[in-house]
Amino acid sequence: MGKLFAVVVTIITVVSTAIFIAHTWWLPPDISAHGHAIDRQLSETMISSGVLFVLSQLALALFAWRFGDREDGRRVKPFPGGATPMVVFAAVLVGAEILTLTLVGAKVWAGVFQTPPDPNSLQIDVQAEQFAFYFRYPGPDGRFGATHPELINEASENFFGLDPARDTSARDDIVVPTLTIPLNRPIALTLRAKDVNHAFYVPELRIQQDFVPGLTIPLHFTATQTGRYEIVCTQLCGLGHYNMRAYIEVLPQAQFDQWLKDKAAQQ
Amino acid sequence: MRVRDLMLVGGVGLGGTAMMIGRAATPPGATISGKVTFTGTPPKMKPIDMAKEPFCARLHAAAPVLTENVTTGPSDALRWVLVYVSAGDQGSAPATETVRLDQKGCQYIPHVLVVQPNQPLDIYNDDSTSHNIHPLAKVNAEWNKSQPIGAPPIHAKWESPEFIPVKCNVHPWMHGWHLVLTTSHYAVTGEDGAFRLQGLPPGKYTITAWQEQFGTQSQDVTVTGSETKSVSFVFKATPY
Amino acid sequence: MTHATVAGAHRHAPPQGFLRKHVFSLDHKVIGKQYLDLALVAVCTGMILSWLMRFHLAWPETPIPGLAKLSPNGAAGGVITPEYYLSLMTMHGTIMVFFVLTTAPFAGFGNYFLPIQVGAEDMAFPRINMMSFWVTLVAFLVLISAFVVGDGPPLSGWTAYAPLSAVGKDAGPGQGVGQTLWAVSITLFCVAQLLGALNFVTTTLDLRTKGMSLARMPYSTWAWFITSVIGLIAFAVLMPACILLILDRVAGTSFFIPAGLVISDRLQPHAGGSPLLWQHLFWFFGHPEVYIAILPGFGIISHILPVFARKPLLGPRVMIACLVAIAFLSYTVWGHHMFLSGMNPFSATLFSVPTLVITIPATIVTLLWIGTIYGARLRFTTPALFCLGFVSVFVSGGISGFFLAQPSIDTYLHGTYFVVGHFHFVMGVAAMFGIFAATYFWAPKMFGRMMNETLGKWHFWLTFIGVYCVFMPMHYLGLAGNVRRYSAFTDDYLKPLIPLHRFITVAALFTGAAQLIFLFNLIRSRFRGPQAPDNPWEATSLEWSTTSPPPFDNFGGRPPVVERGPNEYGIGSGARGVDYGMQAAAARVSAR
Repeated sequence: MGKLFAVVVTIITVVSTAIFIAHTWWLPPDISAHGHAIDRQLSETMISSGVLFVLSQLALALFAWRFGDREDGRRVKPFPGGATPMVVFAAVLVGAEILTLTLVGAKVWAGVFQTPPDPNSLQIDVQAEQFAFYFRYPGPDGRFGATHPELINEASENFFGLDPARDTSARDDIVVPTLTIPLNRPIALTLRAKDVNHAFYVPELRIQQDFVPGLTIPLHFTATQTGRYEIVCTQLCGLGHYNMRAYIEVLPQAQFDQWLKDKAAQQ
Repeated sequence: MRVRDLMLVGGVGLGGTAMMIGRAATPPGATISGKVTFTGTPPKMKPIDMAKEPFCARLHAAAPVLTENVTTGPSDALRWVLVYVSAGDQGSAPATETVRLDQKGCQYIPHVLVVQPNQPLDIYNDDSTSHNIHPLAKVNAEWNKSQPIGAPPIHAKWESPEFIPVKCNVHPWMHGWHLVLTTSHYAVTGEDGAFRLQGLPPGKYTITAWQEQFGTQSQDVTVTGSETKSVSFVFKATPY
Repeated sequence: MTHATVAGAHRHAPPQGFLRKHVFSLDHKVIGKQYLDLALVAVCTGMILSWLMRFHLAWPETPIPGLAKLSPNGAAGGVITPEYYLSLMTMHGTIMVFFVLTTAPFAGFGNYFLPIQVGAEDMAFPRINMMSFWVTLVAFLVLISAFVVGDGPPLSGWTAYAPLSAVGKDAGPGQGVGQTLWAVSITLFCVAQLLGALNFVTTTLDLRTKGMSLARMPYSTWAWFITSVIGLIAFAVLMPACILLILDRVAGTSFFIPAGLVISDRLQPHAGGSPLLWQHLFWFFGHPEVYIAILPGFGIISHILPVFARKPLLGPRVMIACLVAIAFLSYTVWGHHMFLSGMNPFSATLFSVPTLVITIPATIVTLLWIGTIYGARLRFTTPALFCLGFVSVFVSGGISGFFLAQPSIDTYLHGTYFVVGHFHFVMGVAAMFGIFAATYFWAPKMFGRMMNETLGKWHFWLTFIGVYCVFMPMHYLGLAGNVRRYSAFTDDYLKPLIPLHRFITVAALFTGAAQLIFLFNLIRSRFRGPQAPDNPWEATSLEWSTTSPPPFDNFGGRPPVVERGPNEYGIGSGARGVDYGMQAAAARVSAR
């Protein structure tokens, strides 16, 4: 029975580790300026925790194999050194790894969430609602119109509650359900929630942030590859949560400029 | 003699049958008809971008649907305007046939649907995506109900007269109306803005036109026999 | 300092009559079994909910036979609607975390065995103890009633984030009376647990028998004691939080709801509240709660493993110190559930430090267990197998926590199946293995009958392999960015992952079916198993010094006197039957 346990644990360990190493299911390629640091942090953690995982499972398996009661009257043996090696290993080795990961990781985190956006950023206003994202560009006047929740009217596509009748800066605001951005340009999003908590997640961009009703939350990134990717909601927001997505289109600068001009003409 | 009796009975029988079958033909009574138009600049009918629902986006890839809150037609006609007898109603027949609402291509078809109290209403999901229809009723009981792909139709009915805005909880652009009327004398204008109310017994009627953005307008019309009276409604439109 | 119970302060006469003996009993043993029976009903309910969820995720358009009759609104035509899926998920999480993982290892086994293990006749406050069970039962019934009232059960998850949970029925189906019932149920549950924790703490400190110093207490008792202290603080925060939530829902207050929200086309009549406040209050409870769920398991494994290793637990004082450290640290880490919540990003770094530091005592306790079986003479009984399995799954679950503890990595993994795999390994598997180990180990003592070993082993193997097949793949899904709490996978990048979901579903259904072996074994043995001796496992602690089952006052009117600690295994010449020393002096030891 002990041998069976050892074999099963070993097989489980080897198979699951192999799948991790083979990247059978893995992160999609990184298309962001900051993502490589996150990927490196992930790999480092995967290696150190993988070693710990394999060693502890195999130790468990080995001891279960070797130390079954063979009814030969032998005496039990204490672990050499008693509890001290355990404490030392955990405090020193694991502690050192934790320290390293914390120091490096804090810098990676701060680089994404604790630095101000580039002053040259393209500003885009984002509203999350049950169950869609809408993106607002300021239009040719470069100013966002004021939003008024009581004026929101979805039937006429006034998702932000703009007041174009009285607010001229609102008349040219461009509101779209797809986030279209230029390549290699810093993007500064402002995240607002219309109703409940939502979140903005693009796996390829290595970026995620909750929307909180009552708060205006900044988020910035730069996309380094063109293409069409999905933005999905990761904060439970109601029955349509699974179907709450938008597409993000990264276009070369010239194509983006043309898109923006075309949209402005339609307002 | 017998042949004459037979012909009389046959004639009455045929005539009566014709009257019953021929309700769609010209019923006895007056007709009030006309057009609903607008002056001024209406808001733009904007194309609806259904990108977040790829199934529906694909269906409309060639020709996107437009917003329906103010739908205009040729010669300044207004579509989706309800014209009905709001006072002095006579001779309304209760409707028992089932009305059908489709959720198709991520739109409510028809955009404005009229039922009488307790008239059966069947709601179908024809799309390869879930919908969750949410009538925002205030007088009637408010409810919402999901229909995943392949779900059976919802059998609903409205008990009290009310103009109920309807939205889809899953797709923010999907909006429509359920109008619960006690009268059977109503019409919803088409692209040409025209309406026709038929079979009105003699009397004084208040005819009301309702447009979801511009509100209501009413006019009093008196009919005496089987004449056709012409009535027109003109709404003032503003761009915002 | 010990207080003898002979003074009669807690002595009560033997109960008479069916109701007093089996229903409204003051006896901690009956109350413990009532808690365990409640947890059994709860886990069956929670497991069925998970089968429905997994089936729907794998085959979302396939009707489930019989479901349309049970729930005509939630599953018209047998196909689960998106909101019903989320309701099932909410109820699954709530039932499992509260009514299984807090109830069975802590209220269930703790109530039964803590007084016996310290040599007392009963808990310090038997009436309050009885009340705490009945309040828990009422809380369960209130929660279950959400299935049949109003719009159905809530869909905001067991975490019930505001404002989704706070604004009332505008927010969606199930968010009407169902959510209020949820909040009332949890409030009642908190009251019950506070009463229970009070009992545990007082009994441990005041009712230990002569010779039972704190240092000689079994490790399971230590774990229950430490868990109670955690519970006193944690539940004392959740209870007012739920009351504030109820007030927001029914009394028009705005603790958690800011101004200007438009839901269901209506401007919500609230202003001034903070959704983040709910998250802070909830997770200040929620993180210690998961340690409440696992710490009794640590104690139980530390208690049972030496019995079947025939060897003392390695480093018992270090073990206790680690449990205390984990308990203390558990209050400092709650923000790691909120790295991306919109709180100040600097707080994230602050919270991640103690979160990572907790790895150290967690690693130590795991190594102590592994070190215990080094050089052992392992008897591979079913409880022993579940102890070994516990170590394996706890390693797996703990390691994935290492990733989530770092905010930079959490930026990618938050809200994905990586998190679901992590917490299911540590809670849904490790804590459950602790419960299984405890059941197989203590069933002979509680019921006076042995459970069937062959069935037990089958149960272990099918479950151990099954849970790895269910939950390890979830880490792969998470790395691929698979978002959690989705009722269907319709996004372009998620569709290729559906085959792996189907594998998980099949594994989950098989593993669920394997639990029927356990149920059958448990129920049949309880009434028809072979008679159990006083000490079938040759264990040392006080529960094995009395009969199986114990008499109503635990020790037949003769409280034991304790001479040793609980760790006296592998002593003597090693000849069978005499390699251990029981805690009680002159105990009635029956030969194997």
